[in-house]
Amino acid sequence: MSIQVRNLHKTFGNFTALNNVSLDFPTGELVALLGPSGCGKTTLLRIIAGLENPDAGSVHFHGEDATNVHVRERNVGFVFQHYALFRHMTVFDNVAFGLTVRPKETRPTNESIKKRVHELLELVQLDWLADRYPHQLSGGQRQRIALARALAVEPKVLLLDEPFGALDAKVRKDLRRWLRRLHDELHITSIFVTHDQEEAMEVADKIVVLNKGNIEQIGSPDDIYNNPASPFVYDFIGQVNLFHSRVDNGWAHIGDYKLPAPEHNSVQDQAAIAYVRPHDIELSEVDSEGAIAARVAHVSTAGSVLRIELLHQLSKDALHVELPRAQERNLNLSVGASVYAKPTNSKIFLQK
Amino acid sequence: MAGAVSSLNSRKTGAAHAATSEATWVRVVLISIALTFLALFLFLPLVIVFTEAFAKGAQVYFAAITEPAAAHAIKLTLIAAAIAVPCNVIFGLAAAWAIAKFDFRGKQFVITLIDLPFAVSPVIAGLIYMLLFGRQGFFGPWLGDHDIQIMFAVPGIVLATVFITFPFVARELIPLMQEQGKEQEEAAITLGASGWKMFWRVTLPSVKWALLYGMILCNARAMGEFGAVSVVSGKIREQTNTLPLHIEILYNEYQFAAAFAVASLLALLALVTLVLKSLLEWKAAREHELAVRAASAQ
Repeated sequence: MSIQVRNLHKTFGNFTALNNVSLDFPTGELVALLGPSGCGKTTLLRIIAGLENPDAGSVHFHGEDATNVHVRERNVGFVFQHYALFRHMTVFDNVAFGLTVRPKETRPTNESIKKRVHELLELVQLDWLADRYPHQLSGGQRQRIALARALAVEPKVLLLDEPFGALDAKVRKDLRRWLRRLHDELHITSIFVTHDQEEAMEVADKIVVLNKGNIEQIGSPDDIYNNPASPFVYDFIGQVNLFHSRVDNGWAHIGDYKLPAPEHNSVQDQAAIAYVRPHDIELSEVDSEGAIAARVAHVSTAGSVLRIELLHQLSKDALHVELPRAQERNLNLSVGASVYAKPTNSKIFLQK
Repeated sequence: MAGAVSSLNSRKTGAAHAATSEATWVRVVLISIALTFLALFLFLPLVIVFTEAFAKGAQVYFAAITEPAAAHAIKLTLIAAAIAVPCNVIFGLAAAWAIAKFDFRGKQFVITLIDLPFAVSPVIAGLIYMLLFGRQGFFGPWLGDHDIQIMFAVPGIVLATVFITFPFVARELIPLMQEQGKEQEEAAITLGASGWKMFWRVTLPSVKWALLYGMILCNARAMGEFGAVSVVSGKIREQTNTLPLHIEILYNEYQFAAAFAVASLLALLALVTLVLKSLLEWKAAREHELAVRAASAQ
């Protein structure tokens, strides 16, 4: 089922959570709402679920206006960050809840409830935990049970509010891959909220980047990473080096250094911000055209890449560079060593 | 320096906690003071209540608690508690629900207001009802015209009891429900539960121990209340006497054995309350511990 939201507006006191947001969620896609805390992503999810009412605007399910439909009738599956499992019920009863609370006329027989619950528990690979209570499970197991519980009512939409936010790094990684596979199996329209760009990149078909209640960009993970639409997106998705510059006739001037800005060919002397990703910089021990002379200030070898901080003349901030570990052997990277840094890719945003 | 180290080592009081625990004599003195106080002011009176109650033999004891006036007082006390406790359960649940699950203006004021009966003297509570419903009171003439008697009658006693016990259930539930938040309820309604089913199957089970605990305290207070009830009852024997009032009357009439016999009933109630209270506290603490462990487990 597809979802459309139109001109949603929501404020909490003086705080604007959503500012005239319109979005389309196509059938069967897994969409991530990505943004820093306070950007309105959870509010948007809760409005789609019906747990929150918008001040203005509408929500449509498959073209039908659902703005005033009660949560109970929306048929959405909602997964909470802190699981929200019913503590006093066993795993089985938790998963069965959505079926057992139905009015008598539409309630399945006990036999078919039992069958359905076990199917779902098998789907989340936790059938052996049916008789346990939530407090006897690990965080990752609890979130899978919460998902099985949400799926039990055969929702047309699955909404996940920071589903892996409360889990530790390792479990998080496993679970998000597992969620992706599950989605490929079920093809249910899903929206999940996250502040973790890596998570959004890995799991989602499409990412919506939100900032201060506004949509910054909508696109595939590749699109968002390679063609960020605004300085905010560039900054939010991964680490960046930032330079204040002036763009003039296709070049961004930073002091007496310049970066190519062909997309701003016709611009004359305008303030701009230049971004360079740490992995878009080459290091060399010999000077060359377009290289910045620098000194090594710090090198971190903990991890899969070399992280190097360089001091240079263009600004007071250190220049962050990431290199493959193999480069360790080719360069003298002792603190104080002289190197030449050459940006291979940059992005320049004019300042308004 | 060496001397200091050796003296630390030579100390006999539990080596592991030597740095934080007090000297033996301090502990002995503190514990003795506490125990002496408890014995003098709590345990001794309790023993005296029972010894005095049986001072003239078991026959007098049973006669005292079965004679019509006593029987009536027991009945009236039970009626007052039987009305006050359910009233406060309903009120407590509603108030705690409203405070924990909704945001509204003046929430803090409502919380403070709930504590009012704890803050005012019960006698004043009684007098307020007198001013409202008494013959010269605010509603007095209207009540008189319609032949409704509230003061010096059972309704007045029930009203005073409800007022005095008003905070018990609400105060137990509010912090718990605030801590639990509303996620479980939200989960229940997204799964299609009606408001009623959500309440019975999710909200109530998650607060049941606190609710029972509040009910027990509420009940104990309802049965033992003296001050407010004393003002509104008029102390008419076999009509408006509750147990505590009956005890006072017996005592004033120098029927000590009978007074203590009836008092022993209230003392028993207190003991039962304490046992139940500890049981529930233990149970709730255990569940809380499990919940906390569950929350921190990954």
